[in-house]
Amino acid sequence: MDDVLIGTLVASTLRVSVPLILCALAGVLSERSGVIDLGLEGKMLLAAFATASVGAVTGSMALAVAAAIVVGVALSMLHGYACVTHGGDQVVLGVAITMMAAGLTVVLGIAWFSLGGQTPPLAEAVRLHPLLTGVAGAVREVPVVGPTLALALFGHNAFVYGALAAVAAVWWLLFRTRFGLRLRAAGENPIMVDAAGVSVKGLRYRALALNGVLCSFAGGYLVLAMNPSFIPNMTAGRGYMALAAMIFGKWHPVGALWACLLFGFLDAVSIRLQGVPLPVVGEVPVQAIQALPYVLTVVLLAGFIGRAVAPKALGRPYVKER
Amino acid sequence: MPPPEAPPARPPAVAMRHIEKRFGAVHANRDVALTVRAGTVHGIVGENGAGKSTLMSILYGFYEADGGSIEIDGRPVRIAGSRAAIALGVGMVHQHFMLVDTLSALDNVMLGAEPDWRLTPARAAVRAKLEALMRDTGLGVDLDALVQDLPVGERQRLEILKALYRGARVLILDEPTAVLTPRETEQLFETLRSLRAQGTTILLITHKLKEIMALADHVTVMRQGRVVLDAPITEVSLDGLAEAMVGRRVHLGRAEGATGAPGAVLLEARGLTWRDALGITRLADVSLALREREIVGIAGVSGNGQSELLDVLAGLLVPQQGSLRIGGREFTPQRWLDPATARRLSVAHVPEDRHRRGLVLPFAAWESAALGYQKQARYDRHGWLQGRVMRDDCGTMMERYDVRPRNAALRSSKFSGGNQQKLVLAREAFGRPQEPRVLLVGQPTRGVDIGAIEFIHGRLRAMRDAGGAVLVVSSELDEILALADRVLVMNAGRVAGELPIAECNEQTLGRLMGGGGLH
Amino acid sequence: MEGCIEARCGQPLRLALPVSQPVELPRWVDVAVLPAVNLALALAVAAIVVLVVGFQPTQVLALLVKGAFGSKVGLSYTLYYATTFVFTGLAVAVALHGGLFNIGAEGQAMLGGLGVGLAALGLGPHLPMALVLPAIVLAAALFGLAWAAVPAALQAWRGSHVVITTIMFNFIAAALLGYLLVNVLKEPGNMAAETAAFAPSARVPGLHEALAALGIEWPRTPLNLSVVLALAAALAVYLTVWKSQPGYAMRAVGFAPEASLYAGIRPPRLIMLSMAISGALAGLVGVNEVAGAHGRLLGEFVAGAGFTGIAVSLIGRNHPLGIVLAAILFGALYQGGAELAFEIKGFSRDMVFLLQGLIVLFAGAMAQVAAPWLARLVGLSRRLQAPPPAPRAG
Repeated sequence: MDDVLIGTLVASTLRVSVPLILCALAGVLSERSGVIDLGLEGKMLLAAFATASVGAVTGSMALAVAAAIVVGVALSMLHGYACVTHGGDQVVLGVAITMMAAGLTVVLGIAWFSLGGQTPPLAEAVRLHPLLTGVAGAVREVPVVGPTLALALFGHNAFVYGALAAVAAVWWLLFRTRFGLRLRAAGENPIMVDAAGVSVKGLRYRALALNGVLCSFAGGYLVLAMNPSFIPNMTAGRGYMALAAMIFGKWHPVGALWACLLFGFLDAVSIRLQGVPLPVVGEVPVQAIQALPYVLTVVLLAGFIGRAVAPKALGRPYVKER
Repeated sequence: MPPPEAPPARPPAVAMRHIEKRFGAVHANRDVALTVRAGTVHGIVGENGAGKSTLMSILYGFYEADGGSIEIDGRPVRIAGSRAAIALGVGMVHQHFMLVDTLSALDNVMLGAEPDWRLTPARAAVRAKLEALMRDTGLGVDLDALVQDLPVGERQRLEILKALYRGARVLILDEPTAVLTPRETEQLFETLRSLRAQGTTILLITHKLKEIMALADHVTVMRQGRVVLDAPITEVSLDGLAEAMVGRRVHLGRAEGATGAPGAVLLEARGLTWRDALGITRLADVSLALREREIVGIAGVSGNGQSELLDVLAGLLVPQQGSLRIGGREFTPQRWLDPATARRLSVAHVPEDRHRRGLVLPFAAWESAALGYQKQARYDRHGWLQGRVMRDDCGTMMERYDVRPRNAALRSSKFSGGNQQKLVLAREAFGRPQEPRVLLVGQPTRGVDIGAIEFIHGRLRAMRDAGGAVLVVSSELDEILALADRVLVMNAGRVAGELPIAECNEQTLGRLMGGGGLH
Repeated sequence: MEGCIEARCGQPLRLALPVSQPVELPRWVDVAVLPAVNLALALAVAAIVVLVVGFQPTQVLALLVKGAFGSKVGLSYTLYYATTFVFTGLAVAVALHGGLFNIGAEGQAMLGGLGVGLAALGLGPHLPMALVLPAIVLAAALFGLAWAAVPAALQAWRGSHVVITTIMFNFIAAALLGYLLVNVLKEPGNMAAETAAFAPSARVPGLHEALAALGIEWPRTPLNLSVVLALAAALAVYLTVWKSQPGYAMRAVGFAPEASLYAGIRPPRLIMLSMAISGALAGLVGVNEVAGAHGRLLGEFVAGAGFTGIAVSLIGRNHPLGIVLAAILFGALYQGGAELAFEIKGFSRDMVFLLQGLIVLFAGAMAQVAAPWLARLVGLSRRLQAPPPAPRAG
């Protein structure tokens, strides 16, 4: 196999995985605290729309990202209000958020831009640019692995490196800080946390706030790096794939990273595999590869490839009992 | 040998005076006084509903007393919540551990009281403190193991460690040996003796009299919300404790005799043994037989295996060992009874927990009145529910057991607790067309008003007189004594003793319930 | 008791329980007033959005009603959409009664359509309508049932959360259908990924045809006799859930898993039953859309109906009658919305999707929020009406 091919495969895997990674991390934080999040898709979509519209109108990436964050956190707070404060069904709420976002983005898009739901393309200045191109040049000179490494790891935009950094940050937050310890306990045994004098609702709200921010970056990335315009339903099920990756990664940030990279790899490779016969299985239809992440998740959930044990208190609203 | 009494000049570690607490109509604590000397093991003994758990919950801040005062180390205090109690140096080890299984022992101790927002320095600091604590007290816990990998005895030590880490000088232990093996119990006692030697005050809530005699320096016995005995251990005997715990029973040796000798054996259980998911043995080699024209009462403090026994006999739990013979059929753990088969064998079951098990609360009364019998030919014709028959039967049940309001269409949740109980009893006792031959009843009159209690007791006796076998599990000793022809006392998952009603007296029953033998 | 459930099923039982109601409201308030209040809240928020994008809510509403009911064509389209929503709404409701949230109606409907396509293409040219149509209905139901059965079995025996598995199965269904349409079933020579048109014997007669046979003139629309099937399905669901013994057992499991164990009911079987019925109902969408409206199998025939079914079921209080009414409401929204998009420049049908999401929000996730207020109102009105209580003795 050719260096350039490996390099480009790794590179496109990374680029494609970014929204998955960010959403999966958001899911990990929320679900580890005990709150199911099926609204990842909706939050990402609405944040993408916010980024695209504010970016198109103001021409400022900073404002566009800020708008996305506001939107993402607002939806997460709605999630908190309905489910943590009022004990509403978390699954139904996630579905509601996704349905609302799908409708609202197109309605506003048509009203504001009259482009059939799309937003005008963002100018290049507003979007993300490759970083570390200088370093990439230097790495290319390294014998043997240089060109592959340069292609694979350098020259990506800020969000790619940001997503990887976010994995480390979430890991550190969950496993090396007091907040993370309490958050994980709240998702397993909220009664114990409450008895220890820590507010379960406070922990869950904070987890949801972080969840909102991460989803907004995921949504922003779609527009700032992948497609310069918002297109109706541009998330295309990524939010659910992130959910699958989170489960596949057993609710662990690093596990989720590997799962996202795997799913991203499958996505990156699916186009190339079209029409190419593989040993033993022959030609693999692109739809089979598209379905593979979901099939793998089902197989995992069925317990056939190890067990995915969710946080024990996941999905159950915490009600103080006396 | 208990240590000499502490010098009188030092104020008691805990002094509770004139404590009053009501829960609605239940007077849980009546003018209760408790004085605990520092550095002693003080036992609090009583049956179910005696008020000891309520008293300790007040001390630990779960409830606030309606009246009375509390002093810690001689200072009057107000304990508004668990945080206040912990700040005052009161720690509690609950019966059901408050631990997060997927975290390490160390993390569990630290949670909520972490010395640093970064975990690495926090863990180091806590570890140092805990290792010192473990050395001083002799408590050994693997700090890095996940709680789910720890045996039950070690989890309990962890709970004690948690309380001590937060500076508990007064340690409350609620039925600590319920989940321990005999060896673990000995280890616990060693730990408690060691803690006492270091000046920790220990409050031991238990109904196991032998443990009190072995460990405590002072004992308080409660009964029906009041303190009935309070003395240093040197001044009491096991029998004295047993009698105080159970009290004088006016009904002992009933006025009415049984109507006939018991007949054939209808249900025979042998060697029933059941261990729960944590490996704790809840039933240990229990055997019993139920005969026609006999009411068997299972007495004992709750949590000694009575509930599990009922569930095994009704087919809701599969024991690891044992056998059951009913109606000519033999059941072994490989092929155990299930509730549907039990009903077909004419065994009816009134569950202890009527809310979760006995009724489907959102169902209408007539639907709940068929629960368990929905597949019988009377109600199910080719898959269709015979609504009219079910409604008529419900009406009949309501008449027979005076269930109010007499509305079969009303949601089950809308009936008062007592009426729900009556409906469940009516359902299980109902003839479809014959009445059941064996009736297993858990807590028959829980939540039922006084007038209806007599009525229900009368119906149970009538079932017996008609040739049925009735098994009654009740945490109310009065009820057992009023109903049973034969009494089995359960303790620690075993049948501690079996007595015909004529031989039941306070001392014997108290001893058996408290874990002592017959003599 | 954890122990007994494990002893029976091998895996701890974890059900996706529907919205719980801690506040007890009188029956009539719970059934009629609460959903109306939730609907009103959703409409209010939608109205705000309508204002924000520069339209008059009242004008929009008037045009919507006119578009949905104001003409024979409009009414027909409304009912045609409603038919699909009755199927998916019933599907969600049956699963909810069994204690499960079936988000997979979307994928089950796709599989139902596939079943219809296979039966139609296979049998249509060779057999008369009297044999083909029942075969089509059966195929739709069976394929939908099969697609629901796998997640159901995984929940019943392996404890896999049915919500997640059904979401995954939706995507797998889309991929499967896509593959089959492009590679296997595609009509040769057709650019679009769709099958050949079905033979006339494999098409469900349109309502206009049926009415013409009775001498009544009716414009030609996609509305077809599946609407009768939908009503029959609603009746069948009513009878099954409330009047049959398996329905009783299913509801017992949905409301009170422990009581159902006590009653000798085995939850895994009932989980399978409720999901099977649910999947079969969702599969019937294929009859309306594939054999009825389009007359061929194409990719996008479900188009979110599975999710609309959730909204329909929630607003319809999971009861067949409520579902039929709610389905008509949503059908009206879809048809009215299409008319609006046609008549008003800048108005999009996606407004309906937004409203749908708002309904799921208020009637589903936030049903709790309004209930205490309503309870207080009810309590207040009761106190104002009731005579003063007699003085208590002792």
